[in-house]
Amino acid sequence: MASRSATSIVVQGSLRARSRDWGGAVLQVLLILALLFSLATVLVLVFDQLSQALPVFQERGVDFLTSDLSSNPANAGVAQGILGTAIIAVLVSLLAFPLGIATSIYVEEYAPDNRFTRLLVLNIRNLAGVPSVVFGLLGLSVFVAALAAAGVGNGRNLISGALTLTVLVLPIVIITSSEALRAVPSTIREAGFGIGASHWQVVRKLLLPAASSGILTGIVLALSRALGETAPLIVAGAVLGSYSNSGGSPADTLTGPYTALPVIVYDWARRPQAEFRELTAAAIIVLLVVTILANAVAIILRNRAERTW
Amino acid sequence: MAGATLGAKPPGSPLVGAASRRRNEAFVRIVLASGAIVSIGISVAIVLSLAYEAALFLASIDLSQLVAPGWFPRRGQFDLATLILGTVIVAGIAMFLAAPIGLAAAIYLSEYASPRTRRTVKPVLEILAGVPSVVLGFFALTWISPNVVQAIFPTAQGFSLMAAALGVGILTIPLVASISEDAMRAVPASLREASYGLGARRITTTFRVVLPAAVSGIMAAIILAVSRTIGETMVVAVAAGATGGSLRTVNPLGPGQTLTAAIASLATGSDQVTGSSSAYLSLFFLGLLLFGVTLLLNVGASVFVRRTRQKY
Repeated sequence: MASRSATSIVVQGSLRARSRDWGGAVLQVLLILALLFSLATVLVLVFDQLSQALPVFQERGVDFLTSDLSSNPANAGVAQGILGTAIIAVLVSLLAFPLGIATSIYVEEYAPDNRFTRLLVLNIRNLAGVPSVVFGLLGLSVFVAALAAAGVGNGRNLISGALTLTVLVLPIVIITSSEALRAVPSTIREAGFGIGASHWQVVRKLLLPAASSGILTGIVLALSRALGETAPLIVAGAVLGSYSNSGGSPADTLTGPYTALPVIVYDWARRPQAEFRELTAAAIIVLLVVTILANAVAIILRNRAERTW
Repeated sequence: MAGATLGAKPPGSPLVGAASRRRNEAFVRIVLASGAIVSIGISVAIVLSLAYEAALFLASIDLSQLVAPGWFPRRGQFDLATLILGTVIVAGIAMFLAAPIGLAAAIYLSEYASPRTRRTVKPVLEILAGVPSVVLGFFALTWISPNVVQAIFPTAQGFSLMAAALGVGILTIPLVASISEDAMRAVPASLREASYGLGARRITTTFRVVLPAAVSGIMAAIILAVSRTIGETMVVAVAAGATGGSLRTVNPLGPGQTLTAAIASLATGSDQVTGSSSAYLSLFFLGLLLFGVTLLLNVGASVFVRRTRQKY
C-alpha cells in the first residue's frame, strides 16, 4: 500500500468500533450455556442410567433380555416387553403409514381448496397436539370396547394397543409427509403433465420418489414416538405386573395380555425395592437403544432430504 | 395445500384421457380421500366418547363432590382444584425452565452458530426430543430430585411436583428451540443486512430486528410448549408421587397430581375401576377437560400466527 488517501483513513477509523462489544460477548456465552445445558442433560441422563444398569447386565447378561416378567427381581426380564414393542412396531407400520401417506397425498395433490379441506388440515394439526393420554382414553372406550364386544379376549390386547398408537402417530405421519410433498417444486409436476402422464402417474412416478426421504423421516420419527409412548398403553390396558404368555400361537399372542418396553419401565419405576431400581435402569437402556437408533436413522434420512432443487 | 399446486392441475375438458384412465383416476381419488375421512372420524370419535362418558360421570355424582379436600376418586372425592393447581404449578415451572433456555438455544443456532456447529448440535437436541417421557420421569425421580431439588431446597420430599416439573421442562426445551429457530430463520437475510448496513451490532440486530420480525412464530412456540407441558403424563406420574390421590396443595416441594397423572394413576389400577363406577367415568371427564384446554391452546397458536404473520 503506497499511499492511502486521507478520506479512506477517516472512513476506516470510523468503521472500527471504539471498544470491544462486551454485551455481545456476554450474550454469546449465555446462549452457548443454554445449548450446553441440553447437551449436558442428555449426557448425564445416559451415563446415570448406564452406571445404574451396569450390575444387571454384568450379572445377568443375555438372561435379562430373554426372561419373562416376574415379581422376583432376580428372575425378571424384558423379553415380553421386547416382543410387545416389536409387534406394535409392525402393526403400527402396517396401519399408520399407508393411511397417513394416502391422506397427505389427498390433501396436498387432490383436495380442492375449499372449506372442507381447510377444516381437515386444521383438524389434523389439532390431533397432533392432543395429549397422548387422551388417545389412551379413546383406545379404552372405542377399540378395547369394540374388541371385547367382538369376543376377542377381553379387548385389552396388542390389537387394541397398536390401534391406539396408530391413531396417535397418524397426524405426525400426515404432517411430515405433507411437508415433504409440498417441498417438491411444481415444475416437476408440470413436466409430468406436459408429457401426458395422468395425475396418479405423476404422484406415483415423480412426486413420491422425489419426496421419499422426507416421508421416510416422518415415518421413522412416528415409529420412534410409538415405541416410546407409555401413557396411552397403560390407559388402554397393557398389563402392569407379571403375566404368563397365553399359548404359543401368533393368534394367542395378539389377543392375550401384553406389555411393552416403556410400560415395563413405568411398572418397575414405581416399585420401592432397590433391585427394581437397577432393573428399571437396565430396561431404560434397552428402550433408549431402540428409540435413539430410530431417531438417528431419521436424522440421517433428513440430512439426505435437505436437497435444494 | 391445494392452492400451492393450482398451476399444476391436469388440463381441462378438451384433453381428458380414455375412459379407463379416468376410471382409474377416480378410484385412486376415492382411496386417498378415505384416508382423510379416517382422520376426521378419529376426532369425532374422541369428542363423542369423551363427552358421553363425561356426561355419565357428572350424572353419577353429586356435583358438590367436585369440591373436596383433595382428589381421591376411589373415596368419591373429586376435587378439580387439586388437579388444576397441580397442572398450573407443573406447567409454570416447566415453562420457566424451557422458555428461556429453548429460546436462547434457538437464537444461538439461528443467529450465531456456524453452519457446521449447527449441523452437529441440532441432532443432539433432536435426540433429547426423542427420549421417551417415562425415561425422563425415572431420571427426574432418581437424579433430579436428590441432586437438584433436594440440594437447593433441603425440605423437599423425594416425590415432588418440582422434580416432575423440571423433567417436563427438559422435555419441552427442544420443542421451543426448534419452532422458534424455524421462525427466526424465516426472517429474510435482507433485514439483517439492512441492520448491519446501518451500523448495528449483532446483539442489536438480533434483539431489535430478528426477534420482532419472528415474534409470531416465537409466540406460537411458547403456546404449543404450554400445551405440551399440560399434556405431559409420564414424567409427573413417575416423579410426583401421589399415586392414590392427593390433598389440595400449592407446595411444589411435595407430592401432587396433575390432570394427566391422575388419569394415568387411576388407569394403573384399571382392573379395579372398570365398568360404570364414577371413579372409572371420571377418567373421561378429565380427558375431556384436557382435550378442551389443549385444543383451545393449539387453535390459539395457529390464530396467533395467522394474525401477526407478516409477509416479506
